[in-house]
Amino acid sequence: MWKAEIHVTLKDAVLDPQGKAVRSVLGSLGYSAVEKVRIGKYLEMVLNVDSRAEAERQLDEICHRVLANPVIEQYDYQLVEVPR
Amino acid sequence: MKFAVVVFPGSNCDQDCIHILRNVLHQEVTAVWHQDASLDDAQCVILPGGFSYGDYLRTGALACFSPIMAAVQDFADQGGLVLGICNGFQILLEAGLLPGAMLRNRSLRFVCKPQLLRVENNKTPFTHLYGEGRLIQVPIAHGEGNYFLDPEGLEQLRKNKQIVFRYADATGNASSEANPNGSVDNIAGIINAAGNVLGMMPHPERSSEAVLGGADGLLLFQAAIAYLAERG
Amino acid sequence: MLKPEEIKQTQAWKAMGLKDEEYQRICEILGRLPNYTELGMYAVLWSEHCSYKHSRPLFKYFPTKGPRILVGPGENAGAVDIGDGLAIVMKVESHNHPSAVEPYQGAATGVGGILRDIFTMGARPIANLNSLRFGNPQDEHVRRLVRGVVAGIGDYGNCTGVPTVAGEVGFADCYSGNCLVNAMSVGLAPHELITQAVADGVGNPVMVVGSTTGRDGIHGATFASAELSEENEEKRPSVQVGDPFTEKLLIEACLELIQSGVVVGIQDMGAAGLTSSSAEMAGKAGCGIEMDLTLVPQRETGMNSYEIMLSESQERMLVVPKAGTEEQVKAIFAKWGLHAVVVGRVTGDGMLRIFHHGQLAAEVPAKSLSTDGAPAYVPPAEKPAYLDELWQYDFQQLPDLELEEIQEAFWQLLTSPNIVSRRWVWEQYDHHVQLGTLVGPGSDAAVLRLPGTKRGIALTIDCNSRYCYQNPRVGAALAVAEAARNIYAGGGEPVAITDGLNLGNPEKPDIYWQLRETVLGIAEACEALGTPITSGNVSLYNETEGQAIYPTPIIGMLGVLEDAQKHATIAFKNAGDLILLVGELGEELSGSEYLEVRRQLIAGPGPKLDLAAEKRHGEFCRTAIAQGLVNSCHDISDGGLAVALAECAMAGRIGAQVRLHSSKRRDGLLFGESQARYVLSLSEEDYEAVRDLAVEHGVPISLLGRVGGAEFAVELGENRVIEADLQKMLELWNTGLERLLGEK
Repeated sequence: MWKAEIHVTLKDAVLDPQGKAVRSVLGSLGYSAVEKVRIGKYLEMVLNVDSRAEAERQLDEICHRVLANPVIEQYDYQLVEVPR
Repeated sequence: MKFAVVVFPGSNCDQDCIHILRNVLHQEVTAVWHQDASLDDAQCVILPGGFSYGDYLRTGALACFSPIMAAVQDFADQGGLVLGICNGFQILLEAGLLPGAMLRNRSLRFVCKPQLLRVENNKTPFTHLYGEGRLIQVPIAHGEGNYFLDPEGLEQLRKNKQIVFRYADATGNASSEANPNGSVDNIAGIINAAGNVLGMMPHPERSSEAVLGGADGLLLFQAAIAYLAERG
Repeated sequence: MLKPEEIKQTQAWKAMGLKDEEYQRICEILGRLPNYTELGMYAVLWSEHCSYKHSRPLFKYFPTKGPRILVGPGENAGAVDIGDGLAIVMKVESHNHPSAVEPYQGAATGVGGILRDIFTMGARPIANLNSLRFGNPQDEHVRRLVRGVVAGIGDYGNCTGVPTVAGEVGFADCYSGNCLVNAMSVGLAPHELITQAVADGVGNPVMVVGSTTGRDGIHGATFASAELSEENEEKRPSVQVGDPFTEKLLIEACLELIQSGVVVGIQDMGAAGLTSSSAEMAGKAGCGIEMDLTLVPQRETGMNSYEIMLSESQERMLVVPKAGTEEQVKAIFAKWGLHAVVVGRVTGDGMLRIFHHGQLAAEVPAKSLSTDGAPAYVPPAEKPAYLDELWQYDFQQLPDLELEEIQEAFWQLLTSPNIVSRRWVWEQYDHHVQLGTLVGPGSDAAVLRLPGTKRGIALTIDCNSRYCYQNPRVGAALAVAEAARNIYAGGGEPVAITDGLNLGNPEKPDIYWQLRETVLGIAEACEALGTPITSGNVSLYNETEGQAIYPTPIIGMLGVLEDAQKHATIAFKNAGDLILLVGELGEELSGSEYLEVRRQLIAGPGPKLDLAAEKRHGEFCRTAIAQGLVNSCHDISDGGLAVALAECAMAGRIGAQVRLHSSKRRDGLLFGESQARYVLSLSEEDYEAVRDLAVEHGVPISLLGRVGGAEFAVELGENRVIEADLQKMLELWNTGLERLLGEK
């Protein structure tokens, strides 16, 4: 069994209205060091497969097809083996 | 003419579209459940507004995997007329039938109000009854209508005259103030390169009866009917 | 979980909010000591929220019957006959405390709960309304609440496809620590589909449908989770999260189920979830229910019987179908991607009997849990001391406005928090979906057309709580009167109300006095205006640091139009139209927005109440609208005559020229809030007919001026006291609330 921790984020070229709003609030609270905020999604998924390679193959497909929209989003993930 | 209105779990403008087509325009309409595989012999397919799958993950992202979407794709490939309104537009984007993607409104708020649109292309099956550059009033109601497309794609849209509606002000100017959601180039609606799949954020079915505050949207449905009648 | 003996030793009922004598009463009912699950069930169902124990004895004063009333208070919602075999189902409910804790989810789940009350009656929800109260809009905490509540109401209603067609928002310091979120929902059903919440027919199955059950919302905040279980579990979330997508599916599935004719009874699992729904449904039918909690679909593991019985997970229903139709029920829900599971059956012995993992977990008489079985109290009442002081105020000592001050006072009022346009709020609500909205937010009443009939309905929700603070009885009656005025102004005949009473702690004599007066005031006005009470909600203990809110009886009212097309809006329409005042020129200042905004003063007993005049003047307006004689109609409320006129002009985007001749006080004349008054506009050729109609109805009218131009101007005698550019007014008016809230 493999557990995937997936991050889906907006591509750099895409404006993130939420991130912009948070950045502006942080600025007004005096956190002037904050230069950039981007908001994305975090997903956890447990896959019942035997190998890391198979987990990666399925995850790439799932991320590309469903979890992220390639027009605006990118993804990455970490895989950890978990006991069955 | 025979219309099909696709009902996804969470669609909520399906009955409104059916009402206008059936009771105002006296057309034949069937509601097609998203798990059906066939559009019967519909001549025009409408993907209605609403919140299919609660807008969870991304707007339209889960609905585009419904079984009926394969039939919609085939229908579109064969030149069938497809109209996506609001959430229906979002589904068409996610399904890849139209280019681009939707982001949250610039204000981060849902916005429901009357909206002026400029007709940019009146040579489509849906807009040939409008004069070019005509201003029409069609309400909007969405939280994610901030259309995004990369510059190259945008250039392509412009070149092919695929931008059908732009948000405009009372003087006909597609200004930033007139843009209710931050959409790139004030885009409110686009058509595919083949010219048979239209997606738009505003709701023409909500401006199809004078008692509801205006009937500018009715012409869009009438245009589709006239086009189909001529095509035979 | 504590053993019965341990409960007795540790007096565990206290932490659950039960009084000692209530625990005694439970022991007597059971003839033994209650176990922990049973005690929890009584504690929630005997709480004020569920049992109305401090307010219930007052309900006898409410008129609840009338030829149009199909279902009165006591069901999920009330039902009113509107003709053509159709019924309107409606109810208002508060979600004040959850919204104060988590504004977005609190407000969203409030909308979800009230929607379920409507469609469990067999009615399709066709409109939402809401009434909100907050502290000072310039306070950052208040702004956060406003943003969250409005977004929560919007997102839930928008996603479920129910238009939010009307509402009100008020600001006053007394709501700083205690915002009010009252949501109302309205549904439409043919008479024969009206369904009730009864678990009848011994042997019929009991089914749980909709979402899964988790630990959310158990017992509010009164509990420390360590007391709940021997094991040291993680702290439980008590904030419920709304799932409007599931709700939308539930609406469709439940309506399809009810139409299929297999339903005996159905009820939302609202407050106290499975406990209240099962006890009330069995109690009403005089039956019992036997359930096995092991069968209830759960989203968390290791839940005990107490937790399952008290969970307030959202978007769940209890359904009793006819025996033998279980598979049909399951198929309908499966189509919508929802589960429906048999968890028990109806029995004939009146007992609510709960099993968990093969053990008897609770066994109590169902009736003793339901509203009728709960204790009821009539606490001592005492007129609050502040009232005498208020009422003694002598208005002679208050200086009138100088002529040159009037313009400034006008602008000040127009942009004040309680008067400025609510556009920023209602633009976040879908008010068009379902294509029924003929008149949406921003007018006096919303007007909806209905499928299958020429008739229409008018809807409004109202309360001026300052009036209620100044005189709870008259203020409550005025809230009903204002609601009626809004219905009349839209062209409707007022036919019924639903009420949401929001007050402080009833165990304090002055608050209980306010509560009693409030009930009496509503009763009086409903009697006089012919609008029985069909349903309602009571929210007490709205206090922070001992400071109670103003008594705030929210009145949601239904009106019927014989012809939906023959309605009116507040907007002036045509240049040259005459402007008419219905009612007298007034000079009452007490209770006015002017007095508070301009003079920082709350004084006197509030405006005078004349219910006979309300009825007469309202019927006159309604008749004139139905006969097509008037082009606009607006009631005069907050801000008085000058503000009402300005609102008509701004709504129509056309100016007006008004001249007043009077020797009354200038401030009272322009900004006073004397009641039972309207502003009409009409074309000159209809004037005689309107005048004759006024004489016939015994209603005083006077000509004020004419519609037209790009300017809004008011003259007092020979002096031009208000002169404003309509464009500038619109700009300030439309964006005023955003600016107050720091959004722009």
